[in-house]
Amino acid sequence: MRNLISINELSKTYTGGFQALKDINLNIRDGEILALLGPNGAGKTTLISIICGIITPSAGSVYVDGYNIIKDFRITRSKIGLVPQELTTDSFESIWNTVTFSRGLFGKPSNPAHIEKVLKELSLWDKKDNKVMELSGGMKRRLLIAKALSHEPKILFLDEPTAGVDVKLRQDMWQLVGDLRKSGVTIILTTHYIEEAEEIADRVGVINKGEIVVVEEKTELMRKLGKKQLTLELFKKLEAIPKHLSPFNLELAREGSQLIYTYDTQAERTGITTLLGELHDASIKFKDLSTTQSSLEDIFVALVKDEQ
Amino acid sequence: MNLYAIKAIYKFEMSRTMRTLFQSVVSPVISTSLYFVVFGSAIGSRISEIEGISYGSFIVPGLIMLSLITQSLANASFGIYFPKFTGTIYELLSAPVSFIEIIMGYVGASATKSILLGLIILATAELFVPIRIAHPYWMMLFLVLTALTFSLFGFIIGIWADNFEKLQIIPLLIVTPLVFLGGSFYSISMLPPLWQKINLFNPVLYLISGFRWSFYEISDVSITLSLSMIMIFLGLCLATVWWIFKTGYQVKQ
Ligand SMILES: Nc1ncnc2c1ncn2[C@@H]1O[C@H](COP(=O)(O)OP(=O)(O)OP(=O)(O)O)[C@@H](O)[C@H]1O
Ligand SMILES: [Mg+2]
Repeated sequence: MRNLISINELSKTYTGGFQALKDINLNIRDGEILALLGPNGAGKTTLISIICGIITPSAGSVYVDGYNIIKDFRITRSKIGLVPQELTTDSFESIWNTVTFSRGLFGKPSNPAHIEKVLKELSLWDKKDNKVMELSGGMKRRLLIAKALSHEPKILFLDEPTAGVDVKLRQDMWQLVGDLRKSGVTIILTTHYIEEAEEIADRVGVINKGEIVVVEEKTELMRKLGKKQLTLELFKKLEAIPKHLSPFNLELAREGSQLIYTYDTQAERTGITTLLGELHDASIKFKDLSTTQSSLEDIFVALVKDEQ
Repeated sequence: MNLYAIKAIYKFEMSRTMRTLFQSVVSPVISTSLYFVVFGSAIGSRISEIEGISYGSFIVPGLIMLSLITQSLANASFGIYFPKFTGTIYELLSAPVSFIEIIMGYVGASATKSILLGLIILATAELFVPIRIAHPYWMMLFLVLTALTFSLFGFIIGIWADNFEKLQIIPLLIVTPLVFLGGSFYSISMLPPLWQKINLFNPVLYLISGFRWSFYEISDVSITLSLSMIMIFLGLCLATVWWIFKTGYQVKQ
């Protein structure tokens, strides 16, 4: 797939002297959904804000569809829709007017039919004449999405779109994101909910302390970094792990009735056969066994911890 | 040039005016009427005429200028300060618009609003005193130039201000005194000589003088001087705006 956004050696130092981004290199592909994961203060919003033109970079460059975001800002910005993290809205305007305003601001001639479509997709149609301040938090979030979609962008940035959104709405939102992607829109979203990234993204980027730790196909990432766990349900509770089994780094759980072995799927040998052999020799019997793969969340926590 | 954006900003700002129609229009009309009661009747009964014009009629151009200047400053500074305050400025910053287009939208809307207001005050004044406009085109020119200049000035204040106090301080501490000193309610020749000299440094004096000339053909300074002064002030505001644009001062991180 073609690169749609290329970020080269991007750095940002805020006026106070704090360096929020350090030499970021990242390519975003045409038509993909990229999830940016990272703890609070990692630099996700800063990165997005630079691409959208809200913050000026200290060094480095960003190209959108081949155009420089500073020199050709009119072209790049008209391709981008942004849903900010903070719920910032005009309180006194009507829904219809705010969304129409956004479309005009982005240089598109008025098109009531499109605005109607967007408002309907986001279940805001029956509120179109209400004032913004009469909306609930979740509705305001949807309004921000409607504003971002008002000018038919090719690229959509969603900065923590699901913060403060209920389960039903979250599902609707993912439905919409899926539909947008099918229509060819490239989507970059940040989230703290790792299940979300796992569910919806094609690729996952992990960012921590202003640096990209890893960017990888979601499945690849889980395969590469994924740890598997073998859980053995023991017949008899164990007081302690026998000495000669210590090389396996076993864990004892459920008051000694469970034995957990963590292994790397990528390793030459997983060590399972040897372990089972040793257990047999030690006459430790088990009634059941199961394996689980670590989730993106575990991977994420491990990655971020390594950095510290 | 992103004309759709200019139009969108302009319409948005105008609809804000419409929403706040009461404050925007009714309160200046009421305060103008009060000025007539206080200055026109109370003082006017003692000062019967200035250079052949009845006192009530004499103060009309000054009153309009007073409203025009304070309203232009308030509209434009608030118009751009508010999105900064609420955070909705993110949209303006991420849109394919240049600083010039943003200014045209905000300053245009602010100037339109204060010109309309000036005309409404003029119409209100007609109810109280006889008014003659000797040079209507000149009058409109002064009206438009003043509204534009002070809307630009207001825009600059709105960009510079990072709290509500800063937003209020320049209009309150500098502009309002200058307007009162500048001969809204009297002819400069009525001041003591020292104050007359000091007042020559007051840009508002030239505006009021020129504006009054377009009504009654009486002025404190020559009309060319008045016009030059407002052009200089407009030029200064444009230059400041250009500098803000170049440095991105206080708008972007
Ligand atoms: N205007 C600013 N001035 C100075 N420092 C800032 C500014 N904005 C953000 N920062 C700092 O930059 C760092 C990155 O912030 P950013 O908002 O990009 O994080 P984030 O990854 O979006 O976090 P979160 O998940 O909490 O939204 C933080 O340490 C923050 O304190
Ligand atoms: Mg953030």
